[in-house]
Amino acid sequence: MKSRFGEDSRYKQTRKETISMIVLLIANIVWWFTFAYGFGSVDPEQYVYILGFPAWFFLSCIVSVFLFSILTWIIVSLVFKDMPLEETDGEEGEAS
Amino acid sequence: MSGELSYLIQLWVPLISYLCIVILIGYYSTRKVRKAGDRFIDEYYLGNRGLGGYVLAMTLVATYVSASSFLGGPGTAYSQGLGWVLLAMTQIPAAYITLGILGKRFAIVSRKVRAVTVIDVIKERYGNNTIVVLMTSVATVSFLIVAVIAQFVGGARLFQTITGLPYIVGLVLFGGIVLIYVTWGGFRAVVLTDTLQGTVMLIGTIIILIAAFMAGGGVSSVMQELYNTDPDLITPFGVDNFITVPWISSFWILVCIGILGLPQNAIRAMAYKNSKSMHRAIVIGTVVSGVLMLGLHLSGSVARVLISVPEGLTTDSIMPLLAMDLFPAWLVGIFLAAPLATIMSTVDSQLILMSSTIMRDLYISYVNPDLSSDKLKVLSMLTTAILGLIIIVAALNPPSLIIWINLYAFGGLEATFFWVLVLGLYWRRANAQGAIASMGVGIISFLLISELWPRPFGAHPIVLALILALIAFVIATYATSPPSDETIEKFWGA
Repeated sequence: MKSRFGEDSRYKQTRKETISMIVLLIANIVWWFTFAYGFGSVDPEQYVYILGFPAWFFLSCIVSVFLFSILTWIIVSLVFKDMPLEETDGEEGEAS
Repeated sequence: MSGELSYLIQLWVPLISYLCIVILIGYYSTRKVRKAGDRFIDEYYLGNRGLGGYVLAMTLVATYVSASSFLGGPGTAYSQGLGWVLLAMTQIPAAYITLGILGKRFAIVSRKVRAVTVIDVIKERYGNNTIVVLMTSVATVSFLIVAVIAQFVGGARLFQTITGLPYIVGLVLFGGIVLIYVTWGGFRAVVLTDTLQGTVMLIGTIIILIAAFMAGGGVSSVMQELYNTDPDLITPFGVDNFITVPWISSFWILVCIGILGLPQNAIRAMAYKNSKSMHRAIVIGTVVSGVLMLGLHLSGSVARVLISVPEGLTTDSIMPLLAMDLFPAWLVGIFLAAPLATIMSTVDSQLILMSSTIMRDLYISYVNPDLSSDKLKVLSMLTTAILGLIIIVAALNPPSLIIWINLYAFGGLEATFFWVLVLGLYWRRANAQGAIASMGVGIISFLLISELWPRPFGAHPIVLALILALIAFVIATYATSPPSDETIEKFWGA
């Protein structure tokens, strides 16, 4: 159902940004789940260790902090665009 | 005797200087408030929409990192091991979710309709429907007031543990300081102190994590010790399978996606200056929340091999105990400012939000729309101060009803706001009837399920409550007429 009036032109961009963040969230959940239970479900006696941490913990908790910080930064720089937030036609003066 | 005296001095000097800085920030913000003139409401409740990137990131993180992440969370990580750290990691996306999904859309819309509060936006979106406004306002004030009382109790107890002063002294001192800067300085004071407090937390957390691993003889030997204590401590499942997979997975809803529905977070998505500051805040906020969540909870787990909880204390005191064990007194003073800071930075945001709900969403809208700006100023500050006093009095001897409601404050707010906000922003067809049905079904089902069926299908009650609330929203919306063209045009039109 298309609208009778023109949609705010900024919304196309914000929709793209929202979708990119949802994709990032899904990747984050998948990463967390895969490594935590992929490596962590065996008997603790057979755990593999990375830098002293059990591998499941190292990958799903420690690496994910760095990885998803970097991914956030990359996506924000690639997908997110600067735009005015004020009303496009408005003459609202900045008080400061 | 003199040794003990110097310990006390070393402990108190950083603590007091820290509290003085907080009050100074409140004073600085008052000057901004005084100069605001006609824009008083915008300044006092929204800091004149002027947040920059770092401040926005820190206030967002500091607001949702509450006492539970600093005291309760690490305490549970102490008893459950690494599995609880895994659970805490579900909170990493908080910043990119809140700012990335509500983010620009919310900021643009709130400027279009000149909204100052989250409920302002909701009110405009659902065609000034009185029931919607009343339900959201009452839910905000009643859930937040108990949450704040519970946090005040936590803050005062912590003060008591650290300093040995009686509970009431801790409460009056701690509560008094928060009350002064919030009443005086409004939203700006809240976000600036949050920034300071967030920074203190961040530095404190990194230091304590490194110190704890060093004291334990390195990562490998800490992990070996944990394994020897109980192999369950280094599994993702917790002790005796306490952390089941469906249950831990539902935390992605409760503490990650669901926080879109917390008004104290959402308000921050409309208070920033421009899109650049928001982009920066997403990145900074994600890094900071990741480091805080990992650092705090992992320290709690590591503490298991370093200290045992003395008789008469619960695992909630694990972080203060760890700090006292690892650090010289002056550093303990700085570090202990951190959990106090956490509690303050959560409480202050909730206090100013309640004040705005009562003044802006209820009083100005329904009782007296034509207040002179002087009167408005006096009344707003008075509302904040009275709310704070009620809370302090209630915290002196908290009634058990408060403790009960507090268990549900977080989920209750999410059940109220989540769909109303998200669908309101992204679904044109959403109307007031849908919002009312969703809030009613959400809150009631959340409370009932929590009481009667604590882990439906192994998950946290919030999951089922949000699903039911969504169904109710969709059915009620399609059963009634679509929102007026005027509303759609106001929100979506160019």
